[in-house]
Amino acid sequence: MKRRTFLGGAMAVAVVGHGSSALAQQPPIKIGMSMPQTGGLAGGGKASLLGIEIWRDDVNAKGGLLGRKVELVVYDDKSSASETPAIYAKLVDVDKVDLLFAPYATVPTAPIMPFVKQRGLLLMGNFSFQVNSKVGHDMWFNNAPWGPADSWAASFLDLAQKAGGKNMALLTADQEFAQNLALTARDVAKKRNIPIVFDQVYPPNTVEFSSIIRALKAAKPDIVYVASYPPDSAGILRAVNEIGIGDSVKIFGGGMVGLQFAAVMSNLGSLLNGVVNYNTWLPEKSMYFDGTKEFFDKYTKRAVEAKVDPLGYYLAPFGYAMGQMIEAAVGATKSLDQKGIAKYLRDNEHKTIVGSIAFSADGERKETATLQAQFRGVKDKDIEQFRSSGKQVILFPDKLKTGELITPFETARN
Amino acid sequence: MDLLLGAVVLGVLLGCFYAAVSVGLSVSFGLLDVPHVAHPAFLVLASYGVFQLNESYDIDPLLAGLAITPLFFVFGLLAYRVYYETFERRGSDAAVRGIAFFFGIAFIIEVLIILQFGVDQRSVSATYIGKSWRFGEFRIPIRQLVAFAVALALTVLLAVYLSKTFMGRAIRAVAQDEEALRLMGANPVRIKQFAFGIATAVLGIAGALLIIVAPVEPTLDRAYIGRTFCVVVMAGLGSISGTLIAAIILGVAESIVLTLFGASWAPAISFAMLLGVLAVRPQGLLGR
Repeated sequence: MKRRTFLGGAMAVAVVGHGSSALAQQPPIKIGMSMPQTGGLAGGGKASLLGIEIWRDDVNAKGGLLGRKVELVVYDDKSSASETPAIYAKLVDVDKVDLLFAPYATVPTAPIMPFVKQRGLLLMGNFSFQVNSKVGHDMWFNNAPWGPADSWAASFLDLAQKAGGKNMALLTADQEFAQNLALTARDVAKKRNIPIVFDQVYPPNTVEFSSIIRALKAAKPDIVYVASYPPDSAGILRAVNEIGIGDSVKIFGGGMVGLQFAAVMSNLGSLLNGVVNYNTWLPEKSMYFDGTKEFFDKYTKRAVEAKVDPLGYYLAPFGYAMGQMIEAAVGATKSLDQKGIAKYLRDNEHKTIVGSIAFSADGERKETATLQAQFRGVKDKDIEQFRSSGKQVILFPDKLKTGELITPFETARN
Repeated sequence: MDLLLGAVVLGVLLGCFYAAVSVGLSVSFGLLDVPHVAHPAFLVLASYGVFQLNESYDIDPLLAGLAITPLFFVFGLLAYRVYYETFERRGSDAAVRGIAFFFGIAFIIEVLIILQFGVDQRSVSATYIGKSWRFGEFRIPIRQLVAFAVALALTVLLAVYLSKTFMGRAIRAVAQDEEALRLMGANPVRIKQFAFGIATAVLGIAGALLIIVAPVEPTLDRAYIGRTFCVVVMAGLGSISGTLIAAIILGVAESIVLTLFGASWAPAISFAMLLGVLAVRPQGLLGR
């Protein structure tokens, strides 16, 4: 029986192999990257990698790139900025990869920017924020929907001002991404003459936020802008629920990382209600493009097996979109010439499963597609509820909007 | 004034929680001189045990913590035996090599947790999590009151056990003079093994408090290495009541800084206090 199975398998391989002999004859195209698989960023890194792997499998099923199979060379950077420079040097000099994808997040990406610029290499960015602002590398393309640097804070403050917010409290993690976000928030507030009545930077590993929230509440702000990382986001929302935030607050949230991850959302449950926070993709009507549904069908099946975020909205489709953009650029230029691919990416608009993407000169999105959405009617301990529309109503941008802001924050929480 | 008073109250609650997560280390490192850098990893492992029982059987986190305590006692006995056979009995540089051994264990625990539970944050549900008690304008999170009460009880119990029971006194004796104890016919290795078991068993409850106070993730142990060692050294090695006092001082200082002086200074507080205490009183607040 085993022998028969083996022979059958061998014949099947031979038949399939005949049809894709080109794939078998040429060496694969290697795409190298580090990705956080352990450490604080691993939750996002694993989901992002799964998105990229689904693209790899799809593109290989279609015959690969330039008739060659696509292979991913991936190392774990342990969520650490100190690991990535050596990994990327190895990818380029030892593994001889053909193309580079950046790791998930700002912290591990920032230190490799000088290296890729010095070597003149194309780098597809993966959800980092403002890592190219000082380096100015012209072959950098970020897949994240952020757009112009100040648009993130500006969109939140637009909503806040329309709701009657006149002064702001800023609570941010002492970490590169959150600090970059806070800088833009301070700038936008200054331009709009919004006084900042509370501005605190809390250190990573802060265990308990009750004391900070009490101090914030005492400042009686109208607008509360928070830039936090996943462990902190949960701590902050718990403390807000227990200590209270005051009736003056019209809008709360903005830049809280973690409220996009299924485990955190499920843990927090009803504590999420009323929070207005950024997001990237949500299961609202306006967010479906060609291939989006098919992607999530595949992702949902594979996520269980891979023990990654079962929803995968935040990063995974953008990982897939990175692949789609490379696929389009390599297909159009018919080569792996990095300068040619970069030129194509810069000069064209790209259709992806997360919508059309066009880049400005700094490699960030021309137009922001960062969503500001309000949590509504969320129940405790139910991941499945987040698969349906209406739980996170999109307030910004206008072309993707699915509802209006409920304000003040205390009213929106009920 | 209200803010300051609130900061002190919340600081005392936070401090008692710090005492609960440090008191096991006070026994293993303070009394037994075992360089137990895996202590916070054991703590996080206990939290995941509590999470599993809460998630699968809806058991209250504190009861779940109690339920895993015997398992952790056995785990402690085994861990010490391996450490003793491999390092301690072999010579004077055991402590240095032991640090590598416990770092290795901490790393293995982290990887095992990731393999079993993934890298996402986990938390537990209980009626007292997410609610608060109001005193006029002032509110206290109930989870912190629970952590405070349990931590206080745990620390007092351990202090009484070590000072009033036969085995507790034997543990103190082995910490003071192992050789003298051997000459009296006792087996110091067995006593130390038992003490290490107790120090690890305590983590069952401490792990429950950890996940009650905030969600946990596999690498959370790294955040607690500094704090727990700071509390134990500041307390004075082996002093259980000193651990409670040092932890409360640390909690209050952190809370006041977080509330009134700017959150970014908070991490500097523990180390500034540690350096201050060591400069003025090298043996710690209530040292041996």
